[in-house]
Amino acid sequence: MTGQSKSPASTRPPLVQRVLGVLMMTAIIGAAIYRGMLRPDHFGIVPSKMYGHASISAKRAQEQYGFSFKECATACGINFKHQAPQLDPKLSNVMPDVASMGASVTVVDYNHDGWPDIFVTNSGVGTQCALYRNNHNGTFTNVTDQVGLNDLNAPGTGVCMGAIWGDYDNDGYPDLLVYKWGQCMLFHNNNGTSFTNVTAASGIPAHSNINTAMWFDYNGDGKLDLLLCGYYPSTVDLFHLSSTRMMPSSFEFANNGGSKYLLENMGNGRFKDVTAKAGITSTAWTLAALAVPRNPKYPDIFLSNDYGESQYLVNENGKYFKDTSAHTLYWDPSGPGSLSGMNASFGDPLNQGKLSIYVSNISVGGELMQGNLLWMPKQGTSGTAIQYQNMGTNLGIDRGGWSFGAQFADFGNTGNQDLAVTNGFYSGDPNKSYWYDFGKIDGANYHLISDAASWPAFAGRSLAGYERKRLWVGDGEGDFTEAAQMVGFTDRFDGRALAVADLFNDGAEDLLEATERGPLLLYRDYPNPVNHWIEFDLTGTISNRDAIGAVLTLTWNNKHQRQAIVSQQGFCAQNDHRVHFGLGSSTTVQQLEIEWPSGLKQIIPGSSLRTNAVNPIKEPSRIG
Amino acid sequence: MANAQVAPVPNKPVHRFKINQRFMYPMLATAILVTGQLSFKFLTSPVGTIMGILAAIVVEIVFSLIFVKKLPILTSAYLSGVSVGILVQATTIWPYMFCAAVAILSKYLIRVDGRHIWNPSNLGIVTLLLVAPAYASTLSAQAGNNYVAIAGIWLVGCLTINRIKRFHICFTYAAFFLLFAALRAVILGHFVSNESFMQEAGPITGPMYQLFVFFMITDPKTTVQSWKGQVLVAFLVAFLENIFRIYGTLASPPDGTLGNIVATHAPYFALTIMGPTALLLEIRSKRVAKRLQLAVQQA
Repeated sequence: MTGQSKSPASTRPPLVQRVLGVLMMTAIIGAAIYRGMLRPDHFGIVPSKMYGHASISAKRAQEQYGFSFKECATACGINFKHQAPQLDPKLSNVMPDVASMGASVTVVDYNHDGWPDIFVTNSGVGTQCALYRNNHNGTFTNVTDQVGLNDLNAPGTGVCMGAIWGDYDNDGYPDLLVYKWGQCMLFHNNNGTSFTNVTAASGIPAHSNINTAMWFDYNGDGKLDLLLCGYYPSTVDLFHLSSTRMMPSSFEFANNGGSKYLLENMGNGRFKDVTAKAGITSTAWTLAALAVPRNPKYPDIFLSNDYGESQYLVNENGKYFKDTSAHTLYWDPSGPGSLSGMNASFGDPLNQGKLSIYVSNISVGGELMQGNLLWMPKQGTSGTAIQYQNMGTNLGIDRGGWSFGAQFADFGNTGNQDLAVTNGFYSGDPNKSYWYDFGKIDGANYHLISDAASWPAFAGRSLAGYERKRLWVGDGEGDFTEAAQMVGFTDRFDGRALAVADLFNDGAEDLLEATERGPLLLYRDYPNPVNHWIEFDLTGTISNRDAIGAVLTLTWNNKHQRQAIVSQQGFCAQNDHRVHFGLGSSTTVQQLEIEWPSGLKQIIPGSSLRTNAVNPIKEPSRIG
Repeated sequence: MANAQVAPVPNKPVHRFKINQRFMYPMLATAILVTGQLSFKFLTSPVGTIMGILAAIVVEIVFSLIFVKKLPILTSAYLSGVSVGILVQATTIWPYMFCAAVAILSKYLIRVDGRHIWNPSNLGIVTLLLVAPAYASTLSAQAGNNYVAIAGIWLVGCLTINRIKRFHICFTYAAFFLLFAALRAVILGHFVSNESFMQEAGPITGPMYQLFVFFMITDPKTTVQSWKGQVLVAFLVAFLENIFRIYGTLASPPDGTLGNIVATHAPYFALTIMGPTALLLEIRSKRVAKRLQLAVQQA
């Protein structure tokens, strides 16, 4: 009932009502005309200017936001271009969608010289991945052939999706696992000089379609175990399809994805599949996994799943994983539902001494608005009863485009974490969009969705292409300012993996971005020099030697910030093994607390730590 | 979506369970809202949905007091709020409130001969998409891949709509949507790409179309009065939507542009254009008839 129904038809409304009505109509029509005038270049979509440039000077960005970036990959000797895989021709109509991943980047000090090196994957059959050795002078040298990491995409073996580094035999040198759509590969690091392919005897599955993996010590025995997470089902050979009915069964509730493999490190270079014994049954479309050190000795598993809900698996004393997602993540009926999880990374953006988990989804205005999530531990919950609540929208870090990799880091050394998010799905013809056709199937039923042949052809059109990246500058109190275009994070490539590392050992968190069918970008970070920093390089003795799973809580100036050492973090990425904290104007810290994966808790007084320096810390044999 | 008010029907058939027809639409909408959220969490922001409902109610009360000088019956505002709350996708709350406010405001401010000419929530959604597409979209969720649930919603919806004598509108629209989908599949599938009937008909299996069909195009206050006219308008909405869809396929307009927004939200824009056009023509013909009647009387 409008309350107007009894008005006689001939009665003219009051003048004010008529004027307001005209104004309202004018506003609506004006909005339509304005929108009708917009063209792709008005949104900054100009393919010839994919790199862009900062809209303010570096000095002003440093003063206003605490730092500035300068993209310098080529100047640093990095000339890498990713190639997407070419799968079975039966998928040609949707090739940009199904072959949309594989650009990954990881940071590792493979030769133990104290300078971070870079490994980046390629995904075209026959293409080369690349290991860039740090030359200690601001440049890098491609040493892939020298160390024996060539031909990782040899015909018939599948294509690379990403890599993780972990010292599985505790010999002091990180080893390499390359996960693939095909046969994953394990390489043993020979004292930082070369790598030996040890896949055959390792017990790794012969064929799977893995899109994320992580090293973690799930049973607290001091040896790194392995979790491989499938995206497409293992039974699907993407290069020789028996059927095109291999797509997700739903955009929101798909459970026909790849199997997970929990491989226990037996200590002799062999891994034993204990997935079933550990109770891991997920067949979700997992794109990012994270080992959550709720209890550093027995880390939980967080799975960020595409086409469905994320999952939280509680580690029951290294014996069994229990899916507690309903209690841990989805306890709140007003909380988020099924989304398109593509990233999982830790952050402590409010300096609470708590690890939150950032999950990226799709937020494209006018098309699909899911919002990225920040799962923050709920006050008053802990232990196996821990619960998370989404604070992404409240903190204003939810609209990131078609988001992929994301990383928290203190780029300005202000003592507060910032958040970088890369995005962009497929940049084809900038004047033509696939969104309309995508809309035909995204609300349809599984008979349509699950069959790739049913999908409208991409035909070179863009889908959320040429997106502007996001960099939210945090103030540590919940206020984030989006400043990507100001600080110089300006490219428009289809971003996938982001990794942060102090590549030049200058106390700045540089940002690496792997782009799909595009270059590897290196954004060198120039923090405001008035700020200070501290870094820690942990070595396990009882724990695994990489100290993967260790949790560090730094206290300075009465602030607390927590970070964890994990292998995979983000989307197909691994950050610098060293842990970096910005300190703002403080030149001292109060204390560092380390929870080692062995269960040891160590407290180091600030007087023993050096700021503006890397502090090597070896796990003590016992405390006290 | 629809205003709950339905004109009294003479010789009303006797039903075993009597429910005031004014409450039929809100009850159906509430059932879809609750079932959809509890079964497959289709709301992007449940808090936004609640705030959208509240905003609709508050704006209704305020403007009714200002312009009609009395408290309104709130079923219409509630229904608009629920509709907006389900159909808008936004991570922040304000798009829900904005959309609901525009919906209710349009009823009071944009009137011709005492009638508002746009379906309120339809205009609210279209306005939101035009003004702030970067912040919002519309529902694109599946109904949980559950054919029984989908069939159940269609059955209950059709029975409810039939009871308030609007089934012919839904049927006409759905039938022509499917017919045009088939035509697009044949023509575009032959000349353009791999368009198939399943692709073209796919959207109507989603919950968004259920809401559109049951509530928006059947709105008693913003549809023409004759049975034939209603059928014709339902056909024309399906026809114009078909034009927008052909444009979407052929032009693939780039993201963020008007063309893209119109094509990806074709039914809303088709109704926004066709609904008031039909209503204005009806109002004009009534004016002409009235003038003729007066002229005849004077003669």
